[in-house]
Amino acid sequence: MSARQPLPHWVTAFLMPALNVALAFVIGGLVVLAIGENPLEAVSVLIYGAFGYGEGWGYTLHFATNFMFTGLAVALVFHMGMFNIGVEGQAYVAGLAIMVALAFDQTHWTVVFVTSIITAGVLGAMWALIPAYLQAKRGSHIVITTIMFNFIASSLMSYMLGQVITRPGANAETETIDPVGRLPLLRDIPGLEFFGFSPVNVSIFLAIAAGFFVYWLLWHTKFGYKIRALGHNPNAVRYAGVSAVTVIIITMMISGALAGLVAVNEAVGVQKRLVVGYVNGAGFVGIAVAFMGRSHPIGVALSALLFGALYQGGQELAFEMPSVSRDMVVVIQALVILFTGAMSELFRPALERVFSARSPGAETAKAASESGSG
Amino acid sequence: MDFSDIILVLDSSVRLAVPLLFAALAGLYSERSGVVDIGLEGKLLGAAFAAAAAAAVTGSAWIGLGAGIVVSISMAMIHAFASVNMRGNQIISGVALNFLALGVTVVLAEAWFRRGGNTPNLSGDQRFGSIDLPFAAEAQANIPFVGEIYAQLISGHNILVYLAFLAVPITAYVMFHTRFGLRVRAVGENPTALDTAGMSVGWLRYQAIFVTGILCGAGGAYLSTAQGASFTDNMTAGRGFIALAALIFAKWRPWQAMFTCLLFGFLSAMQIRLQGVEFPLIGEVPVQAIQALPYILTVILLAGFVGRAIPPKSIGQPYVKER
Repeated sequence: MSARQPLPHWVTAFLMPALNVALAFVIGGLVVLAIGENPLEAVSVLIYGAFGYGEGWGYTLHFATNFMFTGLAVALVFHMGMFNIGVEGQAYVAGLAIMVALAFDQTHWTVVFVTSIITAGVLGAMWALIPAYLQAKRGSHIVITTIMFNFIASSLMSYMLGQVITRPGANAETETIDPVGRLPLLRDIPGLEFFGFSPVNVSIFLAIAAGFFVYWLLWHTKFGYKIRALGHNPNAVRYAGVSAVTVIIITMMISGALAGLVAVNEAVGVQKRLVVGYVNGAGFVGIAVAFMGRSHPIGVALSALLFGALYQGGQELAFEMPSVSRDMVVVIQALVILFTGAMSELFRPALERVFSARSPGAETAKAASESGSG
Repeated sequence: MDFSDIILVLDSSVRLAVPLLFAALAGLYSERSGVVDIGLEGKLLGAAFAAAAAAAVTGSAWIGLGAGIVVSISMAMIHAFASVNMRGNQIISGVALNFLALGVTVVLAEAWFRRGGNTPNLSGDQRFGSIDLPFAAEAQANIPFVGEIYAQLISGHNILVYLAFLAVPITAYVMFHTRFGLRVRAVGENPTALDTAGMSVGWLRYQAIFVTGILCGAGGAYLSTAQGASFTDNMTAGRGFIALAALIFAKWRPWQAMFTCLLFGFLSAMQIRLQGVEFPLIGEVPVQAIQALPYILTVILLAGFVGRAIPPKSIGQPYVKER
C-alpha cells in the first residue's frame, strides 16, 4: 500500500461525502426491507410527508431550525479540532430562558424574542464554559466532560422542573407564555398562510442569521483564523504566540450559545413552556448534521433541512406504515454519522484507483513517489 | 436503618453494579489497547435487546446470552474496523454505534413483537434465576451477622452476577500477568514500539476490542434477562456512560473499577432510600443530586483537582506506520 494520493478537490469535497451518505441511505433501505416493507414506497411516503404540502413543509422547517442551531454548534468547535458532544445539555439548560420569556410575556413578542435570545445564549455559553475551561487549563478531555455535563444537565433540569420553576398543580412543566408575548408563526405573515398549523416561527430567521454569523466568524475574522489554525496545528498556534486557552474557551462558549438558541425556537417559540427533556435529541442530531454538512454553514443548512425532512417525513411514515417505527430516523442518523464521520475514507482506495487510472499525470507522479519512498 | 436494612441496600448495590462492572471491564480492554470506547452504551443496549428477543423466541436464557454476545461483538468489530482499518475518529464511531443501537433495537422490536418497542415479558427458563449457595439457609438461621451476610448478600444472585465478579481477577491476571495483557497495555502506550518488534498493532487492537464485545454482551444480557424480565426502549439509560466514568475513575485498573462500580451502584441504591430524608446541617438532599454524583465526581477527577486520571498514552489515535 502506498501513501494517500491527491484526489481532485471536487471528489474529496463532494463526491466522497455524497457516496457516504448514499451508503447510509442504502443500508437504511435494507433495514426497511428486512422488516418486510418496500423501501422505495417508504421513501415516497417520507418525501410526500416532508415536502408534499404546506404544513409538511412547515414542520420540516421547524425541525430544521433546531438542527441548524445544534449543527452549527458542533461544526464551529469541529473547526478547532475538537468535539462538543454536550450540545444536548447546553440546549437543555438554556431552556431556563423560558423564565425571562414568562417575565416579559405581557409586553410585546419582540421584547420576548430579544431577551430570550440573550438569556438562552448566555445560559448555553455558561454550561459550555466549565468543560471548555477544564479542557483548556486542566487538559481533561472535552468529549468526556461534555458527556458528563449532559447527564448533570439532565439531573439539574429535572430538579429545577420538579421543584423550583414548576407551574402550581402541574408535574414538571412551567407556566405557559401569554398569547400577547408569543413569537409569530410564519403562517401569520400575509402570503405564507399555506404553512397551515405547523409551528415554524420567526426563529428560523435567527437560524439563518446564525449560519451567516458562523461563516463570517470563521472565514472573515482574525479570531476565526485562530480557530481554524488551532484545528490544523495546535503547536503552530502556540509558537505564533496565540493563547490556545482563550481560543478554546471563547469558541466553546459561542458554540454553547448557538446550542442555547434551540430554546428560543423550541421552548419559547413552539411549546411556549418548558417541559422535561424538551430538547429531545436535537443536540445529537447536530452531530450528524455537522458531519454531513462538512462543518460548512451552507452544508450544515442543507443537511439540517434533510434531517428536518427525515424527522417530519418519519412521523408521516410511522403513520402510513405502522411497522416502520419512527426510530428508523435514528437509524439513518446513526448510519450518516458512521459513514460520513468515522468511515469517511471508506471509498478513498476505490476512488484513487479510478482517478489514477484516468489521468496519466497522476500515474507518473505515483510512480515517482513510489520510487522515491521505496 | 438496622442491620438487615443495610444488607438490603448493599444487596441491591451489588445488583445495580453488575451491568456497570461488565461494561467498565469491557471498556478497560479496548481503552488499554489505545481505542476509546464511548460506544459501551450502544453495545449494552444492542445486547440487551438481542438477549431478550432470542430468549423470548427460543425459551432459553443461555441462547439469549449467546445472541447478546454475538450482537455486541459485531458492533465492537464495526468499531474496530472504523478505528483500525479506516483510521477514523473513534469517538465519532462510538457515537454512531450508540445511536445505531438506540434506533435499530426499537425498529426491530416494533416490527417483530409489536409491543411499542419492547419485547414480550420473560419468565422461567427465559431468565437467569437466582442461585442459592450451599448452606445459605442454615447459615442465616445459626450464625448471627456473618450468616445473614452470606445468605443475603453473597448467596442468591444469578449466575451472571458471579461471572461479573469473577471477571475482575481474570482481567487483572490477563492484563498484568500474561503476554497478551502486556502487549495490550504496550499497544495503548506506545504502538510504535510493538510495531518495531514485529507485532501487528491492528491485530492486537482487534483482539482487545473482541473481548470488549464479549463483556458488553454479558452486561446487556444481564439487564434484560437477569435483572429485568424484558427489553424496554432505551433500557440502558446511560449505564454505559456511568461505566465509562467508573473506568476513568478507576484509572483503567480492574480492581479499582470493581470498587467504583460498587460505589456507583450503592449511590443509585441509596437514591430511593434518601428521598425525603432530612440530614443534619444540609437538610433534604434532592434525589437528582445523588443521580448526578457519579458524573460530577468523574469531572472533578478528570480535572485533576483530586488525584489525576491519566489515560493510556496513545488512546484515541489511529496508528499510522511511518513510511
